[in-house]
Amino acid sequence: MSHRWVVRILVVAVVAGGGLGAQSATADAAQDRPPAAGTVNADAVREVAAQLRCVVCQNLSVADSPSEMANQMRGIIRDRLAAGEPPEQVVQYFVDKYGEWILLAPRGRGFNMMVWAAPVVAVLAGLIAVGVLLRRWTRPRPAPRAGGIDPVLRERIRRELESEP
Amino acid sequence: MWKWLIPLSVVPVIALLAYGFRVNPRDIPSPLVGRPAAPFALRTFDGAPVMLESLRGRVVVLNFWASWCSPACYDEAPTLERSWRSYRGRGVALVGIAIQDKQEASQKFISDFSLSFPNAPDPDGKVSVDYGVYGVPETFFIDRTGRIRLKHAGPISDELFRTEVEKLLGEPALDPSVDSQEKGG
Repeated sequence: MSHRWVVRILVVAVVAGGGLGAQSATADAAQDRPPAAGTVNADAVREVAAQLRCVVCQNLSVADSPSEMANQMRGIIRDRLAAGEPPEQVVQYFVDKYGEWILLAPRGRGFNMMVWAAPVVAVLAGLIAVGVLLRRWTRPRPAPRAGGIDPVLRERIRRELESEP
Repeated sequence: MWKWLIPLSVVPVIALLAYGFRVNPRDIPSPLVGRPAAPFALRTFDGAPVMLESLRGRVVVLNFWASWCSPACYDEAPTLERSWRSYRGRGVALVGIAIQDKQEASQKFISDFSLSFPNAPDPDGKVSVDYGVYGVPETFFIDRTGRIRLKHAGPISDELFRTEVEKLLGEPALDPSVDSQEKGG
């Protein structure tokens, strides 16, 4: 068997394996819930679901949660996308029902701006503080006064040295 | 100025924490209060249709529950049945919606508590999401004009049911013929 044939067989095996893997993934997604009338890309469902908080979980998105509630919410997302709603409108539907709490990443407006601005402000404040301290620590110290030690101190040292046995 | 900057910068952080720790994380206000209740059309466990539209003009109490919701749903079930028997003749409709539940388990729950008001499953969760339900039990009070007036999370008490329903019954109905029908019927 020539080298070229070995390469061809390997390529066919890899492509077939990839196809099986994709089929398996599709089957898993299909088991999740029966597909709606329209054709909806699973990635499109996941993209919307990843923006939404699972309402019965702790810090899990609707895309990642295994709960029944999240499963039903994914079904609603799929149905709405299949009905032709754009993803932003589907997200807005959930915001209308649950408020902005449902969004894992709060929108950057109003009081929510603080969530986005606070880390930037904190980093900037930290950099300024470090800069000020570094400048202070590396500033050259003033040279000793001309004439050296204070005359009073010099006299005291002389007296103490003379008084020593 | 610099020596005060660091202590002063802690103040907003402490204020934010003080506010955050005083807020109940489970107490999330519903954006639906004051807005028209989402229409629904379900079929009860007995097979009868139940639609919000057909209840227009009445005070509607919508209760979301599940048989696995213990003890909260078990605690409030007798209250709901008692309240239903008190108000069923006074223009009040009570509808139970079982969510994320198995049909047999829901039916056993209804049978165990001898619930006589209409109860329907929400198999795909659309009604519960339409009402922004987080968990069970949750109860919505809908006025005669079809607006959600109160959302109560957790088991309901006789007093809350009575207070809220009496308040809504005291308000004028959109259609004056509803009152005369109730009195006549």
